Amino acid sequence: MADIATHDIDHATDNATDHATGHGHHSSTGLSNNKLAMWLFLGSECLLFGGLISTYMLYRGRVQNGPHPSQIYDIPFTSVSSFVLLMSSLTMVLAVSSAQRKDDTKTNLWLLITALLGATFIGGQVYEFTAFYREGLGFTTSLFGSSFYSLTGFHGVHVSIGVIMLLSLMGIIKKGKITGDKAEVVELIGLYWHFVDIVWIIIFTLVYLIPS
Amino acid sequence: MTTVTETHEDAHEHGMSDAGYVKIAIILALITGLEVSTYYVDFGPLFMPSLIIMMVVKFVMVVSYFMHLKFDSKIFSFLFYVGLGLALFVYITALATFKFFIA
Repeated sequence: MADIATHDIDHATDNATDHATGHGHHSSTGLSNNKLAMWLFLGSECLLFGGLISTYMLYRGRVQNGPHPSQIYDIPFTSVSSFVLLMSSLTMVLAVSSAQRKDDTKTNLWLLITALLGATFIGGQVYEFTAFYREGLGFTTSLFGSSFYSLTGFHGVHVSIGVIMLLSLMGIIKKGKITGDKAEVVELIGLYWHFVDIVWIIIFTLVYLIPS
Repeated sequence: MTTVTETHEDAHEHGMSDAGYVKIAIILALITGLEVSTYYVDFGPLFMPSLIIMMVVKFVMVVSYFMHLKFDSKIFSFLFYVGLGLALFVYITALATFKFFIA
């Protein structure tokens, strides 16, 4: 009887610790609840971007009096931006790998490089939007303009949030404020980062490379 | 020695070594280069299918290797691919309703 009571107390303590640290290793699925929630979130994000991409596909030919996509797209420039974002996925996975080896210095270095690559991509997008606006494509110029800016703008916001999360993560790692599994926290932010990369893989092909 | 063993075990547990990730990134960069080449070189009737195939290959490679779905629990794959499949079904149906696929 005393053994059972002790076991119950231990079990309760484990659960309390899990809640405190945010771990999900002792969940009924045997998986991390945080990771499960992140994958569920990413699955739902597919629906958000699916809606934006299909709206663009429908309206990309509706240019009214504004410029046509082929008149304003700068494929060499966007290709370099795409390459930068793709390489940021490599640096992110190297950060996750370093975190799993408990190497904080390398983790922070790769996170910083990833954030810088993300910021470079955002800088490129701001430049592109400015250039398009000067060439006569405003948000309300045409259905093409509205759907283009909504799609790429939403993606840009996701990348910007990712950069903020990366920089915040670096800060909390340096201050040693992660009480739970550090590698899992880095991995969760990594999953979000890779997701914005795969969305861009689709946008780059469907929006920029395939003409209307 | 212990550190080397642990590192090797970690790489095995989580799927790949750092060198493996670099190799995947090189393949992704090469595919991107090939995608961009379709803008300059006339691929004829292969233009659209080749672009779609390259896009899907890149997508699957990032999801499988960089996001570790290939090595993680199948439940994660289920959650993600169900969301993706649902999105594809809903929006392809919506586009078909607007006669998007009729030339």
